[in-house]
Amino acid sequence: MPQLVLFWILAPISIVAAFGMVLARNAVHSALFLIVTFFSLAVAFLALGSPFLFVVQIIVYAGAIMVLFLFVIMLLGVDREESMRERIAGQRWMALLLGLGLLAEVTAAVRLGIGIRTRAAGDFNVLVNHGDNVRALAGVLFNGYFLPFEVTSVLLIVAAVGVILHARRRHGDGGPLDRADAPPGEPLPLEEPGGSTPVDPESAGVSGAAGPVGAAR
Amino acid sequence: MSPVLASIDWTAWLLLIVRVIVIFALVMVYLVLVIWFERKAVADMQTRIGPNRAGPFGVLQTIADGVKLLLKEEIIPETADLPVYLIAPLASAVPALLAFAVIPLGPSVTIAGHTVPFQISDLSVGILWILAMASLAVYGVVLAGWSSGTNYPLIGSVRSSAQMISYEVGMGLGLVAVVLYAGTLTMSGIVAVQARHFGVPGLTWLPKWNLFMQFPAFLIYVVAAFAETNRPPFDLPEAETELVAGYHTEYSGMKFAMFYLAEYMHMITVSSVAVTLFLGGWRGPIFPVVRWLWPLVWFVAKVTVMIFVFIWVRATLPRMRYDKLMAFGWKVMIPIGLVWVLATGGIVALPPAYGAWRAGAIVGFGVLALILLLGPVIRGGPARAPVEAPTRGVSG
Repeated sequence: MPQLVLFWILAPISIVAAFGMVLARNAVHSALFLIVTFFSLAVAFLALGSPFLFVVQIIVYAGAIMVLFLFVIMLLGVDREESMRERIAGQRWMALLLGLGLLAEVTAAVRLGIGIRTRAAGDFNVLVNHGDNVRALAGVLFNGYFLPFEVTSVLLIVAAVGVILHARRRHGDGGPLDRADAPPGEPLPLEEPGGSTPVDPESAGVSGAAGPVGAAR
Repeated sequence: MSPVLASIDWTAWLLLIVRVIVIFALVMVYLVLVIWFERKAVADMQTRIGPNRAGPFGVLQTIADGVKLLLKEEIIPETADLPVYLIAPLASAVPALLAFAVIPLGPSVTIAGHTVPFQISDLSVGILWILAMASLAVYGVVLAGWSSGTNYPLIGSVRSSAQMISYEVGMGLGLVAVVLYAGTLTMSGIVAVQARHFGVPGLTWLPKWNLFMQFPAFLIYVVAAFAETNRPPFDLPEAETELVAGYHTEYSGMKFAMFYLAEYMHMITVSSVAVTLFLGGWRGPIFPVVRWLWPLVWFVAKVTVMIFVFIWVRATLPRMRYDKLMAFGWKVMIPIGLVWVLATGGIVALPPAYGAWRAGAIVGFGVLALILLLGPVIRGGPARAPVEAPTRGVSG
């Protein structure tokens, strides 16, 4: 009963916010709509008896990923309205076709009852949680799925290292890190925040030392 | 009455609503007093008088300021992105208030057959809820800076998002160590863990607060809390000498008041979390007069001590330079936090027979962390430490 009430409050909010996210012309507005969607999903997790997923959804998606998105949007200054001119020929028709296909597929699946339980699901709190959601989740994560969990985290670290390697250009080609280790005593060129004033490759990067991580971010 | 309506436990709902209102009112009254207390204390430290006109000792000054801000003209810059500009002050204040929902102010009491905790909700993931709200606090600053559409607020908000994200990691590591040690994520459970006393002869009067058992985590948490609340010495997002007023430069009237309120609310919340996690929460000696009031009295007293520390630091330390701030967060706080989490894990995993080793390890690591954290500060900042220091621009 409480789940049902919450569902009918949350589902419209999340759908409206999802539409807003797609339709908003401003990148920051899109991001904010996406945060609303994440939030209503998080509360849905709570209603379904998984407080841990609820909090993690907020911390990871709303708190970390979207903050980074906003940070990047603000730094790169892509907050102007995007032009609606299409770059790829026939994109609109392809999108319409695929969208209709997906709609037909979902409708057919719901009509035929594929992948949908016909009888009521058991109480999650009784079946899985045994009173403590965190302990239950930890048991599953660190016993049954320990190896996939660890492999996933290694994969993420590899991805992060790869990104750093690609973002970091060699010294002397005017990359973003070169500005950070300009020789001491020489004033940095004044510039707009987020602007990318090209720096003379002769004067920048001759020190050869790695730039401080903090200053470069 | 229909069966659906009859199945609802109206008393429980009523108790919940009363609890929310009472705790909210308590917090707001306390907030007004904290603002006055800060102004008085800072004035004392700077040999000024401070507010002394409105009410006895100027206690009503905050209310007078509030009325003034309420009546002020609101100026909205032409470049502002209006919806976001209006949401930002709320996005700043609400997470701090929400985080307070899991702070226990006293033990459970039984009213009309219901066991009522003296907190809004004893969430089973209490600490994570606090982390979640801390991570949302960034939005107020970021959105305010961006939506104003002018340069100083934007610089302030970019600075603050980098700062708050960086110090959130350190704060999280401090909290993880406490969770590992206490073995529970609920706030009431962590308070209960600290109810034990030391078994050492001569120290049996001393409660086993996490302050003693998790001293490095406490240091990390407090330093990160200063950064999370944008308080001096980490108030770079609103550094008035460089950025006018940082992210809230373009805000006036009641919207500015919301940011002001949010700053103090954040301070109260992080202090309450520090008290709950490290200083034994609401626990303290209960005297045989008005027994139910004592937990609240102890809690408020401890929070006030923490807030005094905030005020004291503000009046004492100069603002940090931005690159030093980031270097300190990433190169000092996070490594120490990681090592301490590892050490706590090891200590917790030790079998009970090694009790003496356990105590020795806790004390030893505590001293080590203190040296590592304070060493660079005493020597003149981490930037001079023999790491690849940011030796750019400024000579020296």
